[in-house]
Amino acid sequence: MSNLTNIKTVFRREFRSYFDSPVAYVFLVAFLVLVGFLTFGVTMFYERRQANLTPFFFWHPWVYLLLVPAATMGLWAEERRNGTIELLLTLPITLVEALVGKFLAAWAFIGIALALTFPVVATTGWLGSPDYGAIFCGYLGSLLLAGACVSVGVFASALSRSQVIGFVIALAICLFMLIIGFDPVINAVAKWGVPSSLVNAVAACSLMQHFDSLRRGVIDFADVTYYAGVMVFMLAAAHMVTDNRKAS
Amino acid sequence: MLTVSNLTKNFGSIQAVRGVSFTVEKGEVLGFLGPNGAGKSTTMRMITGFIPPSSGTATICGYDITVNPVEAKRCIGYLPENAPSYHTMTVTDFLTFIGRVRGFEGKALSERVNAAIAKSRLEDVRKQTIETLSKGYRQRTCFAQAILHDPQVLIMDEPTDGLDPNQKFVVRQMIKEMSADKVIIVSTHILEEVDAVCTRALIIANGTVVANGTPAELRAKDPQGRLDVVFRNLTMKEGVNNV
Repeated sequence: MSNLTNIKTVFRREFRSYFDSPVAYVFLVAFLVLVGFLTFGVTMFYERRQANLTPFFFWHPWVYLLLVPAATMGLWAEERRNGTIELLLTLPITLVEALVGKFLAAWAFIGIALALTFPVVATTGWLGSPDYGAIFCGYLGSLLLAGACVSVGVFASALSRSQVIGFVIALAICLFMLIIGFDPVINAVAKWGVPSSLVNAVAACSLMQHFDSLRRGVIDFADVTYYAGVMVFMLAAAHMVTDNRKAS
Repeated sequence: MLTVSNLTKNFGSIQAVRGVSFTVEKGEVLGFLGPNGAGKSTTMRMITGFIPPSSGTATICGYDITVNPVEAKRCIGYLPENAPSYHTMTVTDFLTFIGRVRGFEGKALSERVNAAIAKSRLEDVRKQTIETLSKGYRQRTCFAQAILHDPQVLIMDEPTDGLDPNQKFVVRQMIKEMSADKVIIVSTHILEEVDAVCTRALIIANGTVVANGTPAELRAKDPQGRLDVVFRNLTMKEGVNNV
């Protein structure tokens, strides 16, 4: 199982590198402050007097939109700028192993940020009696959504040696994949006279719609498959781009 | 031990390497010479499996780099140009990472890391992060990762570039110490390096091999025996476009 060992080695290095600089801590604090502010300040979590996390999960796609590209923009861009990509890819590992190791490291990092939101669950449990099954589904959905955004980020980071370009492209792709399933946008497009079957077909491809059913507490195999599909597709695209552009 | 046959690399319409072939045996230190832009780095990147050749191939320890890249890479230690490394890691952590990828673990891993640190004379800085090190130490750190697994083939792209005379001396000393049982390829555009470490030199200009012989044989091409004149005659003629 040398493959798994190599993925683990790349994962460990990449994951630790987040914590080698203050970036990780700044990121985690920004994530928690932003999620907390939006949940409690904007959607009025307490004032609703309901023991569920709907207002909390509502914001996750938008927070990921902003912060996931920041966590992934350096994954390949930095390797290319420093020339370490030449070192990494002349070691006895395959590009797939390097790619998957990096992807999992970034995903795990976002997972830590997500796990640190546990006081929200604790507070809700203390004040009322929430449906913990639904909360679990919400977290699972959020984690899958994060994974899809991270895979987009890995792809965007492979496109250029500039981290800023990686950030902007990841943000643009994620934004597009979110808003094609965002209700206000769907309603606006439907008003233009676009056939509803087409609108629904496009919306079914969005990151948002699949998250919606998960955060309502329904684990549908189709949603999980969808997120897995996005990740595989984006990583395959990243593989192609990295393979073609590694030396440039 | 290392055979390069008819390697070619095209970047769009530009042909950077045009059919380079050579063989290197154990115990040889091959100097890979040529002006900037002659195709030295591109050739090395193809031999080490970083970029795929447009045609031709390289065989390392019996493994074809285009067919069995992982096996071939296991036999190679590579010091890329500008000695890249992960700057936020400490020297020990960086070498431990490389050791793990090279398949070592536990006691064997720490022994390998310690041996590479000792050979590359890095004991004083092993706990420092690489970003705090001077260029000479960074170069040696990258050198340490190349020799960590005691490779049969050692490929170094301009290992002494930008070093001060003392540091150059140390690096050359390290190359000599290891040359007996390895295939070593050193690319350089510093001619004194040839006399200092190489048993054979290959001059490349404009993507093709224009000379291949021992330093003495190359000198014999000039009545005064001056290597720089030989180099100039061979590469100016062929590589006019690059000058």
